[in-house]
Amino acid sequence: MILRALFAVLALSLPAQAEMQIQSVTSPGGITAWLVEDHNIPFTALEIQFKGGTSLDTPDKRGAVNLMTALIEEGAADMDSRAFAEARDSLAANFSFDAGTDSIGVSASFLTENRDSAIALLQQALNAPRFDQDAVDRVREQVLSMLRSDEKDPDTIGSQTFDALAFGDHPYGSSGDGTLATVAALTRDDILAAHKGALARDRIFVAAAGDITAAELGPLLDQLLGDLPATGAPLPPRADWRLPPGVTVKDFPTPQSSVLFGHVGIPRDDPDFFAAFILNEALGGGRFTARLMSEVREKRGLTYGIGSYLVNMDQADMYLGQFSASNDKVAEAIQVLRDEWAKIGAEGITEEELATTKTYLTGSYPLRFDGNGPIASILVGMQMQGLPIDYAVTRNDKINAVTMEDVQRVARRLYLPEALHFVVVGQPTGL
Amino acid sequence: MLRPFGQGAALALALALPVAAEPVTTFTLDNGLSVVVIEDHRAPVVVQMIWYRVGAADEPPGHSGIAHFLEHLLFKGTEKIAPNAFSGIVEAQGGDDNAFTSWDYTAYFQRIAADRLDLVMEMEADRMRNLRLTEEDVATERQVILEERAQRTDTSPGALLSEQMRAAQFQNGPYGIPVIGWRHEMEQLSREDALSYYTRFYAPNNATLVIAGDVLPDEVKALAEKHYGPLAPSDGITPRDRPQEPPQLAERRITLADERVSEPYVFRTYLAPERDPGNQKEAAALTVLAELLGGSGQTSVLARALQFDRQVAVYSSAFYDGTSIDDATFGLIVVPAPDVSLETIEADMDRVIDDFLKTGPDPAALERIRTQVRAADIYARDDVNALARRYGESLSVGLTIADIESWDDALSAVTEADIMAAAEKVFDRRNAVTGWLTRPDLLETPE
Repeated sequence: MILRALFAVLALSLPAQAEMQIQSVTSPGGITAWLVEDHNIPFTALEIQFKGGTSLDTPDKRGAVNLMTALIEEGAADMDSRAFAEARDSLAANFSFDAGTDSIGVSASFLTENRDSAIALLQQALNAPRFDQDAVDRVREQVLSMLRSDEKDPDTIGSQTFDALAFGDHPYGSSGDGTLATVAALTRDDILAAHKGALARDRIFVAAAGDITAAELGPLLDQLLGDLPATGAPLPPRADWRLPPGVTVKDFPTPQSSVLFGHVGIPRDDPDFFAAFILNEALGGGRFTARLMSEVREKRGLTYGIGSYLVNMDQADMYLGQFSASNDKVAEAIQVLRDEWAKIGAEGITEEELATTKTYLTGSYPLRFDGNGPIASILVGMQMQGLPIDYAVTRNDKINAVTMEDVQRVARRLYLPEALHFVVVGQPTGL
Repeated sequence: MLRPFGQGAALALALALPVAAEPVTTFTLDNGLSVVVIEDHRAPVVVQMIWYRVGAADEPPGHSGIAHFLEHLLFKGTEKIAPNAFSGIVEAQGGDDNAFTSWDYTAYFQRIAADRLDLVMEMEADRMRNLRLTEEDVATERQVILEERAQRTDTSPGALLSEQMRAAQFQNGPYGIPVIGWRHEMEQLSREDALSYYTRFYAPNNATLVIAGDVLPDEVKALAEKHYGPLAPSDGITPRDRPQEPPQLAERRITLADERVSEPYVFRTYLAPERDPGNQKEAAALTVLAELLGGSGQTSVLARALQFDRQVAVYSSAFYDGTSIDDATFGLIVVPAPDVSLETIEADMDRVIDDFLKTGPDPAALERIRTQVRAADIYARDDVNALARRYGESLSVGLTIADIESWDDALSAVTEADIMAAAEKVFDRRNAVTGWLTRPDLLETPE
């Protein structure tokens, strides 16, 4: 697949090396990856995602996937934690393992000069992690420490309160890090089971960018991932939104309240998604010219920053936003937010806002592809969302195709001012 | 005068750097503006950064926060740009912009398609000398910075402890004043404060322009002369000779007890030398020392002793950043296991340091760090924004291009003896501030 058009909107006379080609590479063993070759710098960025993530936990083992993921780099095959780290550092390779709500991410970057050794080491970490009891206990203490910190962090209190109200017993309703009780009770067998259920071939998405050819990448995928179990644990069901309108205040001794708000969102594959995306950018994009930043920060000085986000999880679609404001100003800020939410729902946006938002979104899109690491990360994200390989070329056309009529119609559907729920953590006055 | 650095010097550097350095060109305009061009033609994108050689450590006494406040106010408007329209113009071209302030510099940047450099240069040059501020702009934005302080500092016991510790660490120099400002002084910052500071310090002869990305030096030079060239220099720029620290004679100890603290910890900082132009050896040794002591959760000296050999801590780290004009700090932090007191863990931490001073570094660990330094040079080329930032920051604290280009070599050249000499010198408790972050209920019960 050749993406000659990607940057064409921005500049016509580009140096040849600015062309980005996305290739689809399928390994002999049947694992597919997207690849952007760039041989300017002698290293490769590799991104692997395993769908499922912490939502694969059963309720009594909440936190197992998170703890397991943190333990992947704590020893593999005949290497204990220290030996593994020394081997990795001797190669100057970077590996990171991250447990998300919907997926486990593996990010690796390695030099061309010792690529084979780096891949062999990563293969051992993914396929033969040791999960030594002393490592389990040590990392568990770190997780427990973070959980205790979370109990005193206003932003985390807010998001956990919101999630619990919105999703109840569904995995989305609680922290994937687990609770003090569940994490304390996790055994090594639980970690082994979490590994087997989470890192499986039926849920892999891969992208690479940098100094590697398609011919080199194929066999590498089989070496790295081919021996993982064919199937893993079942994915969670659809999450029902159960959050009624209202305001929930969580008392916390702090001079400034942390606010999280939202209601249901719009699916990523909905025909109206791009219109909704433009509307949100005009209202709650983090930019200074977005309506919320303008009204709440620039005109009234009520906050340092405010934004809203269309959040598309695998099993739920939400429309969320957040800000912080001093306890004596938070009520006014919430009122301004409610007014803006109602206004855009009733009136939509102006012709000028539509035009400038489109220009911003289409113009800034190519700026995201600014390095091997970001490119690999974007390409794996596209695959996870089920987007076609030419999406990077067609995406700006989809933005530009949104009409004034579209945004006004979708605004009425998207914004539900009466449905908003606010979680306020702090000691707000006048609420 | 165009002074090509990359092409001409690449041969000389080729032996020192396994991978030829990115092409970097520097020149200076007649009005004193220094310009650095970093070429990266992989994508048609450019970043413009203007770095003013003024920051929170250059503020007049009693006006803390004015450097950062002015940074906010620079987005307000000029004769040509309508109030609050600056960012909107950049965004309408598909670009992003922002700014940041530290003790030694204030910097503004835009990332945008390379063919829009002309526009953002015109805008950045315009607001270097032509800012317009109303009383209303100032009053509203002052509320924003107070909210910023509330969000970043006042709601975070850890941030409050760090602020108190810096104030105690620097007994005479200005680094003890928080960049965001002390609240009672921020509340008084006025339009006149901002404008007098702006008029004196925002000028071509007090700035470095860094342009990085898909550009050619000749094009940049022509655009810089067109937009920045006509600007008048300031006659208020003086050497940044700030009050220096006296010999520090006694350790300072601070206990901050806050009911919002969940995980108590011990935080120690020592006064430490910074990188100096033409002399980075000691700073390089301290950088490697921090990496050895606390750079890795699996292999560092502190982690091995406190988290592996014994399980008395859940987290430990050591850090040092010598890119500053005046003395920097070397920091240690240890979060104890739940049943271990701060008193005990502090003693353990000091025992680890004492042992290190007796035994010295593991040669294999030092070799691994050298390997990573070499590789970091390769990985760094993938991130032109970070490169631009490295050049801008280093030049803003008085380092030279040669210092920047030789920093990785300085790191690779650090020997065991260098590390031990730097460690012996820096680990002097008379120069230290020791902070305990804890909770009131934990103080009530004697340990």
